[in-house]
Amino acid sequence: MLEGQVRIPSGCAVSGFINRDRSLTDGSRIIKSIACMHDRSNGLGGGFAAYGIYPEYKDYYALHVFYDNSDVKAECEKFIDKHFDIVNLSKIPVRKTPKIIDEPLIWRYFVKPLPTKLASSQLDEREFTVKCVFKINSYIKGAYVFSCGKNMGAFKAVGYPEDVGEFYRLDEYAGYSWIAHGRYPTNTPGWWGGAHPFCLLDIAVVHNGEISSYDANRREIEMFGYKCNLQTDTEVITYIFDYLVRKTGMNYKEACDVIAAPFWNKIEAMDIKEREYCKYLRRNFDSLLITGPFSLIVGYEGGLIGINDRLKLRSMVVAEKGKTVYMASEECAIRAIESNPDTVYAPKGGQPVIAEAE
Amino acid sequence: MTTYSAVGLSGRDINDIIRRERDDNITFTHVNGQRFIADAMKDKTVTVEGIAGNASGAYMDGGKLIVRGNAQDAIGDTMNGGEIFISGMCGDAAGYAMRGGEIYIGKDVGYRAGIHMKEYGLDKPVLVIGGVAGDYLGEYQAGGLIIVVNTEGVVNPLGDDYATGMHGGKIVVFTDCEPKSLGGARVRGAESGDIDELAAYIDKFCALTSREYDDIVSRAAWIIEPAGRNPYKRLYVNN
Repeated sequence: MLEGQVRIPSGCAVSGFINRDRSLTDGSRIIKSIACMHDRSNGLGGGFAAYGIYPEYKDYYALHVFYDNSDVKAECEKFIDKHFDIVNLSKIPVRKTPKIIDEPLIWRYFVKPLPTKLASSQLDEREFTVKCVFKINSYIKGAYVFSCGKNMGAFKAVGYPEDVGEFYRLDEYAGYSWIAHGRYPTNTPGWWGGAHPFCLLDIAVVHNGEISSYDANRREIEMFGYKCNLQTDTEVITYIFDYLVRKTGMNYKEACDVIAAPFWNKIEAMDIKEREYCKYLRRNFDSLLITGPFSLIVGYEGGLIGINDRLKLRSMVVAEKGKTVYMASEECAIRAIESNPDTVYAPKGGQPVIAEAE
Repeated sequence: MTTYSAVGLSGRDINDIIRRERDDNITFTHVNGQRFIADAMKDKTVTVEGIAGNASGAYMDGGKLIVRGNAQDAIGDTMNGGEIFISGMCGDAAGYAMRGGEIYIGKDVGYRAGIHMKEYGLDKPVLVIGGVAGDYLGEYQAGGLIIVVNTEGVVNPLGDDYATGMHGGKIVVFTDCEPKSLGGARVRGAESGDIDELAAYIDKFCALTSREYDDIVSRAAWIIEPAGRNPYKRLYVNN
């Protein structure tokens, strides 16, 4: 039996931290944290996202792209060149290791939409970029843009997360916020594009769990132009956050109250102001409620969110030390990099922990 | 006593040492999340300094597991006998499906503590929680005793939906505010006979956490137990 044909009981790992004073930490720290939860993954996916790593190109979208072969690369580059001004392009530097094999071509482009193209599209810069990314991912077979934010980037592969971190030489990057994932795929195949995090613009999502409401969420979000084509449930969470925050103008707390809305019986017991707020969100965004077990870490420019499903069917621990906020599937992943935190606690189901930079 | 550093050891390495070591009293320092520590142990005393990983003390059948620090999820899963003491807090599903033995937790527990606990004959599991409990405490409890000591005197030391589907055993909560009755469980004030039954366990908790017995029992105690012999009659089938 091949992986993907057999169901494996789940147990992914997530970890992340943010330095709220925006001080920079190199990638070795997050690798140490996620490595501590090695047993939660099975070597079929690992990945990271880091914020603040490209200060010299902070006004450009950093496209990280996998290519199956050089023909696809040429085709995709033609597309990128037609729509964007490319100020820098290079292979993403990697350190060869026998633990990471069958890698695709991995390239990075710092780009800005071409003013003429942007003007004729009548879209804002971010929407233009998102449209182009979906076009590449949907229509250029063998090309996959897995990261497209400004001053941030995702790094992912098939392998154990600590090996993926070594492979991408993350010790050479410095960011103020890092998230990591170790994958134990259950219902969907383990492939490079299917590793977490799933990113769109500055949002990056890592996820432990499985979404029971996936098809309802997918049908709803596809109505707004998002395309779920990565063979895994987590990508829909990224698009939901992007839709709620960027398109409807919600803040992240409100978006969390949509995806993990309280049960109706709890809403009925609330005071009137809170009750009306929760009712409003449930009535208007019911199809974006995410059910099933999850613990999520969501990164975005200047912030980090940890949130569990309402029933808290997955684990999550949060700790703080000075200006740094840590969140992880297991307490040991935090203690591995901060042995003496000021506070440690387990947030309640459905209650987001939102840590933002000052 | 024999002491080992757990740095660089896996959970499997730790258990190999526990089985192989001739000394009955073993301490591991610098433990950080190693899983399955002292699983199915019968007769030794194992001390963990640091963070005990998931499912530590699972299937324990005797002996003592002492954790000086916090413990992660599913501590004492399906435990059959012996004692576990955790000085700090504990993750989700502590004492899941316990069938015997005693667990003492110094601080708070996460969700689903003591779910599916059961008893038979002389095997009667006991789970003592020093702080407060998360939601679903004692869900589907079929036997045994859960005590929420509530050392900090929190008004509502239970989360939501405790005792859901309970049909045996007892939950005792120390709090000045009467908990709500939910579903098939009912709540009543504790009587002196109830406290006598608890005294030995509270004594032990006090000894382990350096607290005063009188401070704990000075608060009102409430008993949560199944409402009648068959509280879920005709809920699912026409029985």
